[in-house]
Amino acid sequence: MNIRVRLFATLREGRGKELMLEALNEGVTPKDIINRLGILEEEVAILLINGRDGEMSTVLKVNDVVSIFPPVGGG
Amino acid sequence: MFGFTGKVLRINLKEKSIKTEPLNMDLAKKYVGGRGLAEKYLMDEIDPKIDALSSENKLIFVTGPLSGTPTPTGGRYMVVTKSPLTDTVACSNSGGRWGAELKMAGYDMIIIEEKSDKPVYININNDEVTIRDASHLWGMVTSEVTEALIKEIGDEKVKVANIGPGGENLSRMAAIMNDIDRAAGRSGVGAVMGSKNLKAITVRGTGKPAVANPEKLKEVVANCNKKIRENGVTGQGLPTYGTAVLVNIINENGVFPVNNFQSSHFAKAEDLSGETLAEKYLIKRVGCYGCPIACGRHCKVDDLESGGPEYETIWGFGADCGVSDMGAVIKANYWCNELGLDTISASATIAAAMELYQKGYIKEEDTDGVPLEFGNADAVIQWTKRMGKREGLGDKLADGSYRLCEMYGVPELSMSVKKQEIPAYDPRGIQGQGLAYATSNRGGCHVRAYLISPEILALPEKLDRFSLEGKPQWVKVFQDLTAVIDSSGLCLFTSFAMGAQDYADMYNAVCGTDHTAQSILEAGERIWNIEKLFNLESGLSITDDTLPKRLLEEPIVDGPSKDNVARLGELLPNYFVARGWDENGVPTEERLEKLGIIVPPVKHKMKY
Ligand code: SF4
Repeated sequence: MNIRVRLFATLREGRGKELMLEALNEGVTPKDIINRLGILEEEVAILLINGRDGEMSTVLKVNDVVSIFPPVGGG
Repeated sequence: MFGFTGKVLRINLKEKSIKTEPLNMDLAKKYVGGRGLAEKYLMDEIDPKIDALSSENKLIFVTGPLSGTPTPTGGRYMVVTKSPLTDTVACSNSGGRWGAELKMAGYDMIIIEEKSDKPVYININNDEVTIRDASHLWGMVTSEVTEALIKEIGDEKVKVANIGPGGENLSRMAAIMNDIDRAAGRSGVGAVMGSKNLKAITVRGTGKPAVANPEKLKEVVANCNKKIRENGVTGQGLPTYGTAVLVNIINENGVFPVNNFQSSHFAKAEDLSGETLAEKYLIKRVGCYGCPIACGRHCKVDDLESGGPEYETIWGFGADCGVSDMGAVIKANYWCNELGLDTISASATIAAAMELYQKGYIKEEDTDGVPLEFGNADAVIQWTKRMGKREGLGDKLADGSYRLCEMYGVPELSMSVKKQEIPAYDPRGIQGQGLAYATSNRGGCHVRAYLISPEILALPEKLDRFSLEGKPQWVKVFQDLTAVIDSSGLCLFTSFAMGAQDYADMYNAVCGTDHTAQSILEAGERIWNIEKLFNLESGLSITDDTLPKRLLEEPIVDGPSKDNVARLGELLPNYFVARGWDENGVPTEERLEKLGIIVPPVKHKMKY
């Protein structure tokens, strides 16, 4: 199945903004995705699945969009 | 006397008198300093019912006890007065260097009274204070004023705070600008300065505030600086991208308001992002006095270079007006700085005008060749200029979106609370932030309690943004802690890395007090309560603790937060309980007594 991954701020370095990961196995989780992209779990401050709070262990579904942010803030 | 200089400068512009008087130290300790202290002074000295633009209003420039000390971000000052935009108490906070300089010149506070019959500026050089003619400066934009005054005074090191044409024209969204591009932006404090015919205050100070326990302070500051360095937001996110880094995350959550909050997800957010800003427009990063974070940006497009734009500004002139052209945003921001306008109110007012145009209230013939269409990049630049100069319909926009929409009989199209425009986060998808907006003592504002931090950014922990649970208590604690941070003279951004105990430690080391985290939060609560009392006396009531009808009744139409409304009605009663107020949102006598607030004897015929 396909999962769209969106990366932000410093996580884009060397990886790009948006990746389409294709032919993933059933049961794939955000944790598998960050491992594959070489992102450490502690680098991830905010994880969204389709714009909603997600967990590293959430099982992803076809066409989910995963957005991954390092620590960011402002105001 | 530690932390405080113990001196208040009182200047009467009608009599042209200049006096120094001792600071009331009992009040200083009780109300922390800065925001809280100046608000207490204001409340004791003016009747909150007066017209904010009348000569009876007072304008207070105040530093905090930590301003000008070696604490991280200790360069800030606040402007406290009655707001002509909201009729609430106003407290606008600004960075740069001016605040620290005022402290070094030897003053905790300047209280400006009455109005001058002709334009003047005040020059402060340590103990020497003079009121000088400013006729030659009237009409100048803020960078010209700054340049002219540095030349006139003949000292490169002089720091300048001033108003532009916006303040001169009494625009209710006028800012006071300092150090060229730093703004005490919100609530129309620049209009109060303009109403007094006061164009600028220049300061040069060479003293140093005394610190109670320098050794302890060194240790505490080292500890806080370490936390700031090691925190991902203050140590990396803000220094690298500035506040604009929020564009993508807020948009990904579907709470990035578009077209005056008609939608909440912007397809072209990437064009407005902090990443794009850094890649294409950034020319340098800058920091305020004593700041290890340095979130400030300098950006350039064509031949215009300016400080900023901040996240809020990018949202306002960008998505809220349907514009994805970052160049236009940078230009509109430039003009806000030059004309001295608050970027949030200015942009949100243009967005409201665009909706009035979309719905046929404003006609094409009223727009003098620059149609107020959503997405019209040139319009955000041109209408900012027209607003600042009160040209054509810009004259009506200059007093903010509420008064503009009211004029057309549709005040509900103004996305404001207490007539002040709410900023860049749609509270329909962030329930705690909605409560924070509705209960803010200075009207629509994100920096009275930044619930975005726990609800979106997972700091200090992640809360479910749609849940109501615990939110009244979170809002209360954030409001109280923010009041402490402002009042002590530090930047709110330190709170991404620091907690109440850290602020108490720094305050104690500087002032020689023995605050605990709990007692400093209680001081914040005291401040919050007197602000509330001011507003009640001014004539506001529970009916003002609300949100625009659209946010309460019309669900978000698209994106990840689709179908939600702000559930304020369910939160507000519990918030009042958390505050120990009655069901009308009025502080109870018991709570006031517990906080040590002495209720003035029906001075202004107000029942508490
Ligand atoms: S964090 Fe930013 S706004 Fe705050 S003091 Fe530092 S540079 Fe100024």
